[in-house]
Amino acid sequence: MSIMELNGGSVIAMVGKDCVAIASDLRLGNQALGISANFQKIFPVTDRIYLGLPGLATDVTTLRERFRFRVNMYTIKEEREIEPETFARLVSSTLYEHRFGPYFIEPVMAGLSKTPSGGYKPFIAAADLIGCLNFAKDFVVAGTASSKLYGVAEGLWEPDLEPEDLFETISQTLLNAVDRDAYSGWGCVVHVITKDKVVTRTLKGRMD
Amino acid sequence: MPDMVSLAQPQQRQFNPYADNGGTILAIAGADFTVIAGDTRQSEGYSIQTRYAPKVFRLTDRAVLAVNGFAADGNMFVKKVRQRLEWYRHAHAKDMPLRAIARLIQTMLYARRFFPFYVYNILGGIEEDGSGAVYSFDPVGSYEREACRAAGAAQSLVQPFLDNQIYFKNQVPAPGMAHPVHLPLSTVLSLVIDSFTSATERHIEVGDGLEMYVVLAKGSTAIQSLSTVRGIQEMTVTEDGERVFVIRRELKKD
Amino acid sequence: MASVYSPPGFNFSNEIRNNFLLEKGLPLPKATSTGTTIVGCLFKDGIVLGADTRATEGPIVADKNCEKIHYITENIRCCGAGTAADTEFTTALISSNMELHALSTGRKPRVVTAMTMLKQMLYRYQGHVGAALVLGGVDATGPHLFTIHPHGSTDKLPYVTMGSGSLAAMAVFESGWRADMSRDEALNLVKAAISAGIFNDLGSGSNVDACIITATHTELLRNVEMPNQRVEKERKYAFRRGTTAWKNQTVRDLIVKEELTTVGAGPGEAMDTT
Repeated sequence: MSIMELNGGSVIAMVGKDCVAIASDLRLGNQALGISANFQKIFPVTDRIYLGLPGLATDVTTLRERFRFRVNMYTIKEEREIEPETFARLVSSTLYEHRFGPYFIEPVMAGLSKTPSGGYKPFIAAADLIGCLNFAKDFVVAGTASSKLYGVAEGLWEPDLEPEDLFETISQTLLNAVDRDAYSGWGCVVHVITKDKVVTRTLKGRMD
Repeated sequence: MPDMVSLAQPQQRQFNPYADNGGTILAIAGADFTVIAGDTRQSEGYSIQTRYAPKVFRLTDRAVLAVNGFAADGNMFVKKVRQRLEWYRHAHAKDMPLRAIARLIQTMLYARRFFPFYVYNILGGIEEDGSGAVYSFDPVGSYEREACRAAGAAQSLVQPFLDNQIYFKNQVPAPGMAHPVHLPLSTVLSLVIDSFTSATERHIEVGDGLEMYVVLAKGSTAIQSLSTVRGIQEMTVTEDGERVFVIRRELKKD
Repeated sequence: MASVYSPPGFNFSNEIRNNFLLEKGLPLPKATSTGTTIVGCLFKDGIVLGADTRATEGPIVADKNCEKIHYITENIRCCGAGTAADTEFTTALISSNMELHALSTGRKPRVVTAMTMLKQMLYRYQGHVGAALVLGGVDATGPHLFTIHPHGSTDKLPYVTMGSGSLAAMAVFESGWRADMSRDEALNLVKAAISAGIFNDLGSGSNVDACIITATHTELLRNVEMPNQRVEKERKYAFRRGTTAWKNQTVRDLIVKEELTTVGAGPGEAMDTT
């Protein structure tokens, strides 16, 4: 039993055609005992960046506030919104600062970054608990169901999915992965980010 | 001169008789056929011992056994099962039925309850009523009949994918439609191949080669979809009964 | 109250909390490691560095195409193996310090300088910063190739390998390396050495990255060899829309709606501007 399994929880992010999706389960547990079925792990950072924080629940709350603070400071100093690439570096260096006494969180980021031509480009990234970034072109996963998520996502993911199709693929990936994980589940939430709206849905699935 | 001081201390040494040789196996039952598959990589730690070590074995014309875990135990176990099946053949002048092989494997595994064969078994084949069947075992003989099962290093990667694609878990059928109970052979073979290529991508111990055994019930119509399969080889021994085929594919070698 | 300005260096504020959790018998989760093959080789005009592109978390592949050849200066590059975050941040820190050093001395930076900075940092952290590095470059004193171990010891050799695939790669170097090879011969040898790691070491995989450094030019060859592309899947897995049942949805509109209301003169009663 590692610290990551103390409270449980999993997050996944996927790239689609001009859109990204990020999804998580809603469980908070004390080892095998379920405590809450409405524990949010994904938080909006800006209009077009969402951050998922699976891991130790106390650090979910702490880091959420820490990133809110540091993003606010950035916005005030720079007089502009933070870009996803920049935010990923902020997350990474915040975690590496705690290299020898880490936060037990494996963050997952999803967002749309502005291109020089004024359009938006999908962006996803994940980091390990000491801030090693992983920029993938397809999907990133983290949490107690990570190996299951890797397996299902590797099977189901296809390039250039439209927002509605990406919703189906990420939802099916997450639902089937958490159903095989004892520490994740108890409901799921999915955010699909497109250039002009963010659709958030809570899924119907097994609650055991 | 002071007395000799003894620095000797009691020491405990241990021999670990087991190893983990990686790899993954998988079996899916259809209405009148069963597919039993396994990759062919055998590894220990970060080293590949061989790129071709079969984990799936034909037992009879209607039973195929896949073994995964500690390779030495696996090979010895298959040898012992085959010996018992031969004795049965000599005594009864027929092949042992699948459900009887499953029970035999249970007793053979439980006989070693306190020095187990460190092996996860999946037995696939055709039942006496002509239906496809899969039996999965734990190392000490607990078993169950199922429609599909993955085991081994990439079990956690493959099983949830199969839940979704074989059992249609978490999928709402289209209005006025229902999910099929059994899938056709061509679909099953595609799902097996995709399961293994996916597992190869994300698990370092899976790769090199893929062996898929197909067991067909007597008179199965699924034979038609096998005629177009590239590089298929028939392994059947007896005539006018169930038929066994093997299909081999390459997997990534990194 | 948290300060707006955080002091430089590592932050140990979680130490007490984490030690408490550790005493409860909860082991630390493992960080991403690059179970890697990295190599370097000297040739007639300079240095060729090579690396595979797999990052692992235990037996699971976390990143199929990561970059392990890090930038130090224009004429110095560094391959990293070990704890992925450590190789990333250690090389980034030394890269910054090398830039500052070059600026303050007004000279082109030397490979020994980077090597000394790296070994002093790694020695200071007594092996807790788990970075195993292959450092190579060309400076005013010629081409140089070093290995730096996590505890800070260094080697200077004409051909080097590191990481879990180091034995496979070294076998290729020992049989194929010759003094004064041409650029293409050296690049092919490095490709062969990395490939040996990719195919024979489970910790290494995917593609070959290489970097050729000469006195005048540095060329990063990202994914020079891609021998492990995934074959096309047998089936399509896109779902019918409506497959997933959901309970409720909220839509956050990101379009800023602007409505223009004309104040004063109504339509048809525009101001007379004649």
